[in-house]
Amino acid sequence: MNPIYNQQVEQAFDAIRQEAISKTKAAKNEDIPEITIGKATCGLAAGALDTESAFKEALAEQGIQARMKSVGCIGHCYAEPIVIIDHPASGFPPIFYHQVTPGKARMLVKSFLLDHDPLFEHLLGAMRENEMIPQVLDFPRFQFEKRIVMEQSGFIDPGKIEEYIARGGYSQLVKVLQSDPEEIVQGVKRSGLRGRGGAGFLTGAKWEFVSRAEGKEKVIICNGDEGDPGAYMDRTILESNPHQLLEGMAICAYAVGAGRAIVYIRAEYPLAVQTITQAIQQAEALGLLGKNILGSSFDLEVVVFQGSGAFVCGEETALIKSIEGERGMPQHRPPYPAQSGLWGMPTVINNVKTFSSIPAIVRNGPEWFSEIGTKTSPGTAIFSVVGDVVHPGLIEIPMGVTLRHLIFDVCGGIPKKKGFKAVQIGGPSGGCIPEALLDTPVDFDALNHVGAMMGSGGMVIMDEDTCMVNVARYFLDFTQKESCGKCTFCRIGTHHLLRILDRITKGEGRETDLEQLETLSQDIKRGSLCGLGRTAPNPILTALRYFRDEFEAHIFEKRCPACMCRQLTAYYIDLDKCARGCDACVGSCPVEAIFTTKDRKKGIDQTLCVKCGECMTACPEEYSAVKKVSPPDLAPIVERPDK
Amino acid sequence: MITLTIDNREITAKEGATLLQVCLDHDIYIPHLCYLEGMEHAAASCRLCFVEIEGVAGPVTSCTTIVKEGMVVKTDTEVVRHLQRASLQLLLSVHHVDCAHCPANRKCALQDMAKFLKVGLKPKYLEQHLKEPEIDQGHPYLDYYPNRCVLCGRCVLVCKNSHDRPFLTFAKRGLDTVISFYEEDRAEMPCDECLACVEICPVSALMKRKVG
Ligand SMILES: Cc1cc2nc3c(=O)[nH]c(=O)nc-3n(C[C@H](O)[C@H](O)[C@H](O)COP(=O)(O)O)c2cc1C
Ligand code: SF4
Ligand code: SF4
Ligand code: FES
Repeated sequence: MNPIYNQQVEQAFDAIRQEAISKTKAAKNEDIPEITIGKATCGLAAGALDTESAFKEALAEQGIQARMKSVGCIGHCYAEPIVIIDHPASGFPPIFYHQVTPGKARMLVKSFLLDHDPLFEHLLGAMRENEMIPQVLDFPRFQFEKRIVMEQSGFIDPGKIEEYIARGGYSQLVKVLQSDPEEIVQGVKRSGLRGRGGAGFLTGAKWEFVSRAEGKEKVIICNGDEGDPGAYMDRTILESNPHQLLEGMAICAYAVGAGRAIVYIRAEYPLAVQTITQAIQQAEALGLLGKNILGSSFDLEVVVFQGSGAFVCGEETALIKSIEGERGMPQHRPPYPAQSGLWGMPTVINNVKTFSSIPAIVRNGPEWFSEIGTKTSPGTAIFSVVGDVVHPGLIEIPMGVTLRHLIFDVCGGIPKKKGFKAVQIGGPSGGCIPEALLDTPVDFDALNHVGAMMGSGGMVIMDEDTCMVNVARYFLDFTQKESCGKCTFCRIGTHHLLRILDRITKGEGRETDLEQLETLSQDIKRGSLCGLGRTAPNPILTALRYFRDEFEAHIFEKRCPACMCRQLTAYYIDLDKCARGCDACVGSCPVEAIFTTKDRKKGIDQTLCVKCGECMTACPEEYSAVKKVSPPDLAPIVERPDK
Repeated sequence: MITLTIDNREITAKEGATLLQVCLDHDIYIPHLCYLEGMEHAAASCRLCFVEIEGVAGPVTSCTTIVKEGMVVKTDTEVVRHLQRASLQLLLSVHHVDCAHCPANRKCALQDMAKFLKVGLKPKYLEQHLKEPEIDQGHPYLDYYPNRCVLCGRCVLVCKNSHDRPFLTFAKRGLDTVISFYEEDRAEMPCDECLACVEICPVSALMKRKVG
């Protein structure tokens, strides 16, 4: 396609932008307070809708006028429902409130909106610098983060295209429409951007391949399948800033000469599907997508395809099969999608985060991007951090930050004063990294080097109470179930791995098991057809590499060092700590295994105990008398008095 | 025509031919299950046909490799044999080994490969896992034996090629994967006359149901 050097595009867009700016200005009435609520899935799950209704009711009751605004996710999922109140008349800056329950909402309306008391005990911080309240931007989390993809997440209303446009959105597409497509491809290549969907393939190289592919029709696909358990980066971006993604896709389509684009989203993400569908309609209505974009000769039809949710459908060739209406099974590559993809057309397939990085790269230039992060992995990484960590949530940090910094400084470290055990990175087929390697920088190559992988950004933090054999078992259980069943190594091999791990956690491990796990893992990695099988053994291989002693303890001593594997663990009550006459644990036991001793303390009948751990939770903290031991025969025997 | 070297033999082959086919045509046996002569896109699912190629990292499947001028191929290296044995043993670990009562006895692809690779039919280290039930009689004309099936996919492919559309398909996931068929009006099904799948199956996992 030839560049569209014409003033018309520029003028057409200018009118749209002016209108967007005046529309957002008009909406933002300085005289009344503005209440902003995070309504991405994380917010909704925490009860944002109830909070919203509580605000509305309280406002009506008090007869206060205020504007309610909906935004996506700001990344601090631990603090949801999050509400930001801008109340200029109070003299305070906009304030960030966390965990705003309906009750808190009513209180805020009365105290803050009416009486100008911001309720210091409930706020997290202010949204800009001021003399009265510490600014959230000064908190470590905000300080260490660097937001490119998530810059506007949680600040704009994803349902209003004018907010994106008013903040400069779509102007990169306008710029691109007036340049040579080849220049765009080369720029993306020079930026060094690597695909954020897992493998880290150079995005510009992929685009170049498709742009040079012969004549036929071309297509681009956004991979929003996101099947990793516990990962929600892509969902959040789809829900929080859909237009940034669409702009990135439009730029790509123009650059490679594609007239069709598909956003593939798993059907389990209804809000994401709805948000992106609405966004496409809004962009089409303004002439930013569809036929003759901004009066130019560039057409782009964008549709949403809802995937049926199998993990393996995130693999690009399986994803393409599933769009074609066939069973989502991976195919041998080559041919790569870039050569022959959907319906045989040259196809660019990129992750949500990859496309969403594009507008910023075009705006600031490839050199700007390549200077962020590390030399071989420029830009930022987005992780959904979950598990035993003080501040779970979505974070965007420059590549190259060490794991230690990320876990302890950005995310607040391990809760309850417990020790760190391992971090699992890269989704179900990532690796488990121990304390000793926490200074590994987060980038594609360094993570591969230690046996993990970047994956698409899932990160699970585990504390000292975690059994690594059990963790490996957990991930294998997932991949084994999700194997598409096509090829021998993955279908049958992962099943045997799981069987062996199962045995080990039950104390039935054999001497030959470790060697077998290793050989089988290597064979599966080597022999499997697609990335799922080729990476599925990673959790086992890294666990064996870094936590071998735990496997040995299970097999040779029938002991689970973390006291997590039920068959290898027993609960008992420390009689020195147990408080005479206290009954707290008795009712908590579902099988009546707890009895009272002669001197009115408690004991556990090991023959009845199902090891649910309820008594441990029930025992008041000041006594902490319930203990766990492994192997189980270490539990002191307490005689049950005859009835 | 191009020239390549396979196991130190110089061989000429047609351009665009698959390496596996070239080997088989020259009596160089490579274990394989899912490959069918003339197939457009190799399924590459059985993971048996490995070879090593000079200058290429790691073993590759020969059914997906197109021969190239000057290619140097080894079909009998330690790494190749190790992977082939591992793959075959995995298949056998979920296979009901009951040769005496099996119609495929003596014309069975698994027996042939086990002999060639010197692998026992009952793998030592892997626990046997069999599916229930032993026979699936859901199909109006065919009996399907999931514990014989190696999921090579040949039946699905010949079915699709023989009719405008497939009547057979893979179903379920992971270890539970089986061959199944699309629910259909009996009268619409060409199976009784066709039986292409029964003929192509290397292990007699699909059989025409005996009536009476
Ligand atoms: C089992 C498996 C699952 C995958 N799941 C996803 C996914 O959910 N999202 C994604 O973007 N890429 C996923 N990928 C990677 C894709 O195959 C593909 O490499 C990616 O979409 C390319 O985009 P990128 O270059 O922007 O990373 C998966 C790969 C495998 C092997
Ligand atoms: S590696 Fe697993 S998921 Fe991939 S094709 Fe083979 S069986 Fe299917
Ligand atoms: S039934 Fe036979 S041909 Fe079909 S997949 Fe199974 S083994 Fe292969
Ligand atoms: S014949 Fe090549 S993988 Fe089956």
